Amino acid sequence: MATQTMIQLCILLPACGALFIAASSRFPNLREGVTLATAAGLFALVCGIYLRPDALHLAPIILAEPLPGLQLQLTLEPLGLLFAGIASLLWFITSVYTIGYMRGNKEHNQTRLYVCFAIALASTMGIALAGNLITLFLFYELLTLSTYPLVTHHQNHDAIVGGRYYLGILISTSVGLLLPAIIWTWHIAGTTTFTPGGILAGVIAPSMVALLLLMYAYGIGKAALMPIHRWLPEAMVAPTPVSALLHAVAVVKAGVFCMVKIVLYIFGAQLLTATGTNTILIALAAFTIISASIIALRQDNLKRRLAYSTISQLSYITLAVAILTPLSITGAVLHIAAHAFGKITLFFAAGAIYTAAHKTKVSELDGIGQRMPWTLGAFAIASLSMIGLPPAAGFVSKWYILQGAFSADNVPIIAILLLSTLLNAGYFVPIVYAAFFKKETSPPTHPHGEAPWTMVIALTTTALLTLILFFWPQIPLQLAAQLPGVGR
Amino acid sequence: MSWIGHYNYWAAIVLMMLGFYVVISRGNLIKKLIGLNIFSTSVFLLYISMGKIKDATAPILVDSTLAPTTVQVYSNPLPHVLILTAIVVGVATTAVGLALTVRIHERYGTIEEDEIRAKDDSL
Amino acid sequence: MTPSAHLPIIQVIIPLLAAPLCIIFRSKSVAWSVALCAAWTSFAVSILIAVHVSTIGSLGYDIGGWPAPWGISYYIDYLNAFVLLIVSGICALALPYARLSVAQEIDSQSQPYFYSLLLVCFAGLLGITVTGDAFNMYVFLELSSLSAYALIGMGPRRRALTAAYQYLVMGTIGATFILIGIGLLYSLTGTLNIHDLAHQLRVNDILSSDNRTLLTAFAFLTVGLSLKMALFPLHLWLPNAYTYAPSVVTIFLAATATKVAIYMLLRFCFCIIGNGTILQMTFGKIILIPSLSAIIVASIVAIFQYDIKRMLAYSSIAQIGYMILGLSFATTTGLTAGILHMFNHALMKGLLFMVMGAISYRVGSVYLSDFRGLGKKMPWTMVAFVLGGLSLMGVPLTAGFISKWYLIKAALEIGWWDIVILILLGSLLAVIYIWRVVETAYFNPAQEIEQETGEAPLSLMIPMWILVIANIYFGIDSSIPLNLAHQAAKILMGGL
Repeated sequence: MATQTMIQLCILLPACGALFIAASSRFPNLREGVTLATAAGLFALVCGIYLRPDALHLAPIILAEPLPGLQLQLTLEPLGLLFAGIASLLWFITSVYTIGYMRGNKEHNQTRLYVCFAIALASTMGIALAGNLITLFLFYELLTLSTYPLVTHHQNHDAIVGGRYYLGILISTSVGLLLPAIIWTWHIAGTTTFTPGGILAGVIAPSMVALLLLMYAYGIGKAALMPIHRWLPEAMVAPTPVSALLHAVAVVKAGVFCMVKIVLYIFGAQLLTATGTNTILIALAAFTIISASIIALRQDNLKRRLAYSTISQLSYITLAVAILTPLSITGAVLHIAAHAFGKITLFFAAGAIYTAAHKTKVSELDGIGQRMPWTLGAFAIASLSMIGLPPAAGFVSKWYILQGAFSADNVPIIAILLLSTLLNAGYFVPIVYAAFFKKETSPPTHPHGEAPWTMVIALTTTALLTLILFFWPQIPLQLAAQLPGVGR
Repeated sequence: MSWIGHYNYWAAIVLMMLGFYVVISRGNLIKKLIGLNIFSTSVFLLYISMGKIKDATAPILVDSTLAPTTVQVYSNPLPHVLILTAIVVGVATTAVGLALTVRIHERYGTIEEDEIRAKDDSL
Repeated sequence: MTPSAHLPIIQVIIPLLAAPLCIIFRSKSVAWSVALCAAWTSFAVSILIAVHVSTIGSLGYDIGGWPAPWGISYYIDYLNAFVLLIVSGICALALPYARLSVAQEIDSQSQPYFYSLLLVCFAGLLGITVTGDAFNMYVFLELSSLSAYALIGMGPRRRALTAAYQYLVMGTIGATFILIGIGLLYSLTGTLNIHDLAHQLRVNDILSSDNRTLLTAFAFLTVGLSLKMALFPLHLWLPNAYTYAPSVVTIFLAATATKVAIYMLLRFCFCIIGNGTILQMTFGKIILIPSLSAIIVASIVAIFQYDIKRMLAYSSIAQIGYMILGLSFATTTGLTAGILHMFNHALMKGLLFMVMGAISYRVGSVYLSDFRGLGKKMPWTMVAFVLGGLSLMGVPLTAGFISKWYLIKAALEIGWWDIVILILLGSLLAVIYIWRVVETAYFNPAQEIEQETGEAPLSLMIPMWILVIANIYFGIDSSIPLNLAHQAAKILMGGL
């Protein structure tokens, strides 16, 4: 099979999977079998592409040309490959987890959930492989629309209100800011193709760079820069597997992925450093890191605390790429992977606690570690990764980001990174401490052990992956080295 | 040409405004239709004035041996023909309008606009 | 004369002759079959015409053999061919849809009359499009309008009658204005043939001089046509007319009637005045404000409607604003965008009103509250609604995106940044009013009284889904309509 065909299959496979899942809605076992098979197939496909020697040197694939000069095209580049790999691997693990969660909680409309999951993954693949801004925008919107039914899955009042925030913020920022920014880019540069080194240098007035950068930064609502982060905590009304995959991996990572792509392939490092506009992005990200962490400290709902932690961690990636030194960009790429594995573990654990113990608040978790040792053990490892301590993957990525900041001689950034590490510790350590070392205050309403085994397997696997990534970070490092502004 | 020489155009304008005023100000559906008719009649006048030339005859072939003088000036017949068509259209419009009024009277029991509105709002 | 030379007259004469046939047989099924045959034949003829125009060139036809400036002559170039395709295509889809929908909404004795009127209206719209004679255009306009008044009056609720009456009064005022405009142009040039009109104006230097009569003529024409096409703020007749008309009539009128009025505006203002004159520049500025207000105000009003048919009617007013906005740029790209949006809007509004028809066929009315739980009960219909709504918002890969993109491109070409923002704002407002319905359909449980509402019957579903596919197909590959629209815009901008 030609590599081009495999790249197109990456989008087609989950899309066709969605059809088969819908067709097999009457037979739950078959339906879940199809989901798992599609997810496994997708991961195998991405691995297959990675192993192809010619993978990163292909001509763009043109899917369609709706208007003259306006092409939908797919291009494979290192970051997209990494993102596609993470998303497909975690989709498979999440599917295992979802089966346990959905059956354990006897959720309704399970078929719709699986179908939308598959469509969302197809859109994520599209974002990862997009060759120009138009294609990126198309799949970005598709991802928003396909995840809307997932966010509102419970169909109660809270879900509908949460869904309104979700759709309202994401659609209005993308149509109101991202689309104009794309049109502007297209108008002045005559192209929207992602080109290493950027397409804007020399065609945009230096005074306008900051404005366009801001339009992109706030247009990509999925990257959750403050103050357009509100959709993320609101989207926590979704069932936990949805929060786990979409709001720790696919959707938010799509946001920062777009941000990295736009900084490296549209603006180009040179243009941003020459005009000094990357400082704006650094300031915005730094503000988001600190304030989101402070808000997270005050959240009692576990999933909301995780959501604010996500907002803060996403800005690490934005900040790292905005520093624009080779080390910090490597750190950003690593952090995409490290945060994905760490945060999905945390969400899985939150879901497992909800399924087994029906608890959603941090204050209720005293002593739960004895009852659910595996779950809380995984939670502890993932917390280490979030804080940035060895032996978890978060340490490696933070190390690179810090090194990047040192090489840029940027003392304020170093201070902010250290402060946020303290804050991260401040909202994760008490949970772990209370779970393992405090006594249960009141006898639980029902005795419970671990959550269903599929869930436990899923969350221990992802916790293991955070450890593995600490010891063997070669693949993301090697891919990062091929990014513009890092290698070459 | 003084402005009084354009009296036929002035008449068209006055008729037009009269008709328009009736359409706007009257609440009775039949009166509105009457206004609408006056309104369109003004255009007929406008067209016919355009075609008319003073001391001109109809554009017909005249046997010069019979006629005392050779006819030099003809009126343009086309506007008249157009207006014949427009009158037909106007009659048709009035017919449809009256038919609608009859049906409205059957369904509402009134043809006063404010009463009809009151009946619709009370539902 | 080759057979294809007769195509223009065949296009009009088929529905016109079929109309009395519908009444003669006095049977509803015969009437429907006759109408269906007529519509499909017309569609085939319009395809033949489009092929002929794009391969061989424009098509002329002199009625009764009288040559052009004296007799009535039909003349078809890219623009007419494109509009003919829209009108006859929608009619060909609406008629298969009509049988069940009409059977439910209109009592069986009136049904032959209904089909007959529909064909007359159809013939009128086709006539406006093919003719090259200004007065003939007026006659056909009144032909289509009069039948439209009667068709709207046949709506199931009694408010249809008052809506039709309101439309009649405003439509007649508009038509009279158009008549005055044509009369003044005739008094200037002594001709009614549109091409000859343009020629005479140019030869006699009337265009370059600051001629008052010419200005007055165009003022009357613009206002009259704005009334007919419901350009904001002359749109007052439209919401009621669309809301209370029978479903099929709404589908047909929403997708075609206003488009044909825009076509007339294009003919008069671009073909006759020609490119680049001062008058045209002013004209662009004059219609800019109403079109922008239409986009914003009508979209906002749509958000507050509870009758969804009415909501879509207001959305139509906003969409007409987009088309006129394209014209007001007075550039080739702008005109292409406007003409393209005529086509794309016919696709999406046709589709959305078909969905409304299907829902009112099953549920009885289309209030927002009736949509509760419809996502489960009528899944295919609601998916069609969502897809049509996405096209209306201008989401990529739907037809709506293409026309929005072209509109933005046209605005950027002349550097109107603020307009781009307003176009996008209009899209956001569309998101709000469409999403209200989607949310109700999918997330609000059905009412307690559990009616046995199932999916819409197949004969409603097939035309609906043909339009869904068209919406997506023309969003992915827009080359056919884009090429036609672009050629039409070039002809218009070339003066002739």
